Amino acid sequence: MRTVLEGSRAVAEAVALCEPKVIAAYPITPQTHIVEDLAKMKSDGKLKAEYIESESEFSALSSIIGASATGVRVYTATSSQGLALMHEVLFASAGLRLPLVMTVANRALSAPLNIWNDQQDSISERDSGWIQIYVETNQEAIDSHIHAFKIAENSKVLLPIMVCMDGFFLTHTTEPLDVPEKKDIDKFLPGYVPKYSTLDPKNPKSIGSFVYPQFYINARNDIDVALKNSAEAIKEANRDFGKAFGRSYGDGLIEEYKNDKKITIIAMGSVCGAIRDAIDLRKDAGLLRVRTYRPFPRDDLIKKLSGKSTVLVLDKAVSLGNSGALFSEVRDALYSAKKSSRSASRNSKPSEPCSEKPKVVGFIAGLGGKDITTKDINKMIDSAKKMKDGETEWFE
Amino acid sequence: MPSTDLLAPGHRTCAGCGPAITIREVLRAAGPDIIVCEATGCMEVTTTPYPESSWKVPWIHVTFENAASVASGVKAALRTQGNDHTQVIALGGDGGMVDIGFAAVSGALERNEDILIITYDNEAYANTGVQRSGATPFGASTTTSPAGEDSIGKPEWKKNLPMIAAAHGCKYVATASPAFAADLQNKIKKALSIKGVKYMHILAPCPIGWRSDSSQTIQIAKAAVQSGMWVLYEIENGNFKRTFTQKTKTVKEYLTPQGRFKHLKDEQIAKMQEHVDNTWKELENLEKSGVNLVRIL
Repeated sequence: MRTVLEGSRAVAEAVALCEPKVIAAYPITPQTHIVEDLAKMKSDGKLKAEYIESESEFSALSSIIGASATGVRVYTATSSQGLALMHEVLFASAGLRLPLVMTVANRALSAPLNIWNDQQDSISERDSGWIQIYVETNQEAIDSHIHAFKIAENSKVLLPIMVCMDGFFLTHTTEPLDVPEKKDIDKFLPGYVPKYSTLDPKNPKSIGSFVYPQFYINARNDIDVALKNSAEAIKEANRDFGKAFGRSYGDGLIEEYKNDKKITIIAMGSVCGAIRDAIDLRKDAGLLRVRTYRPFPRDDLIKKLSGKSTVLVLDKAVSLGNSGALFSEVRDALYSAKKSSRSASRNSKPSEPCSEKPKVVGFIAGLGGKDITTKDINKMIDSAKKMKDGETEWFE
Repeated sequence: MPSTDLLAPGHRTCAGCGPAITIREVLRAAGPDIIVCEATGCMEVTTTPYPESSWKVPWIHVTFENAASVASGVKAALRTQGNDHTQVIALGGDGGMVDIGFAAVSGALERNEDILIITYDNEAYANTGVQRSGATPFGASTTTSPAGEDSIGKPEWKKNLPMIAAAHGCKYVATASPAFAADLQNKIKKALSIKGVKYMHILAPCPIGWRSDSSQTIQIAKAAVQSGMWVLYEIENGNFKRTFTQKTKTVKEYLTPQGRFKHLKDEQIAKMQEHVDNTWKELENLEKSGVNLVRIL
């Protein structure tokens, strides 16, 4: 149904359509509207779910872990400091292989305290074992939450997933959106049936046991394999959703726009809208939007960046003391491509090496809500032409 | 003869482990229709060395500070499944419940989650080598509050979590001891018969941390109660009632078999005796007064 909604409200509607049985949440700007809307739906009798008003984000995530381990579909949402507080439990939930779904309303991390958008919060959790999808628009936010349950609960994946949407730029923007019909969602997303044992007195199992060195590394490797395999499930969800609803997002992992130029800009999230506008007015640059930061679309990047002269990576986060994390990983992918033609993925055919390794430069921009305009994008493209390979500039 | 206990033998706890005896008794009373959510700690690492487990009931461990939050989620999920019979227990040591997991315990108490929260209190971070916790008693020497020329051990009194639980308006709060097994089991059964949040705090001697003979665990647990160092009581709907009222031993008699107190001088022991006598008197008065601890909130 075409309707005018705020991004947060739209996410709440999408989540409610997926019928999580247990929601636990703690308020934090700019995520708050999502959990307020879900609480209101429950109070109005429109959402049949248990709703735990947790005393912290740490506890909110812990509670949905308990509920998921008991065998039901679950949801939470957070942002920034709240995500950082969850850090320990993020790793535990991936290790427990539970299909949790969480919205991250991307926001800067303190100090200095700042409530506005960048992506430092979720980027800092890249090693936790969670799938990370970065959306560009509120329509994609709606759709990606519906994908998310399907991907997380896929028996080949069974991993938690965070749908990352830029705080304020998306969460607080009101616009016309398509909210799918319930009957169509039910066809796309069947009810959750756990593949493995849950907490059940009729079949008692111990979950989350203590593991000695001889087994620990195997368990960690299993998570890594599942996370890499999730690429196929992400593509499949994107494809199937596209067939059913007429909307899809690239191949699910990356999305290209006019990427037939010598220069490619790589970025994640809502800033890609500004990048599209900027490159529409010039002839020398295209866009490659990274949608899944985890699993990292290494093979796609190697393939798509072959023969480019310059790759400009825009990070709305920074690994302090080094460079943008997306920049480092893109450059790493291209470096390995030149050295060897062997594929990084065990499930796909070997990628072609880059015919010529492009120059890769980075920009750190938009931290703490600083706007990135089309004019800024143009400046970055012009600077990129003069920068040396491997160089990063702060766009302050 | 095979054990019928729900905590199977063969786990890796130390000889004379008070928490192991405690949990065995808890499970005997609770029966099989339960789900246990346990905090990181001694009893977690020793009972589940992968691929083995001592737990014959469903059991989950996530992290150190969230047992009560995990339990809240498990209970919520059971409700959505139409299961109104399975009881959920949040279990942790004093580190996991009195200190690092205190916010999660308080949150679950405040929300009146339909779970039973149990602290097995061995009065230190025993799992990491006996460091001081909020529940470590006055005068105890631990590895981070070692007695020495300038230290009497821990200079503060023990943090009183059962009374803090009561202050949340919790319908049922009880203290217990593995030396009084029938009392402990009765309290577990009573707690599980009540809807809403329940809190139990069980003093469980640790021979390693308390530096006591492993054959004396139950004797020391008993002496704690007989000396008034650990008072057995229930607070049911706000009404305070002791379940053991005879003070037959001195504090010194309780302290003597424990190495953690052996540095204490007579004047410090006298100070502890005075503290125990005062507390005993206050609790006696509280019981007689009929003051309702929930209603005064």
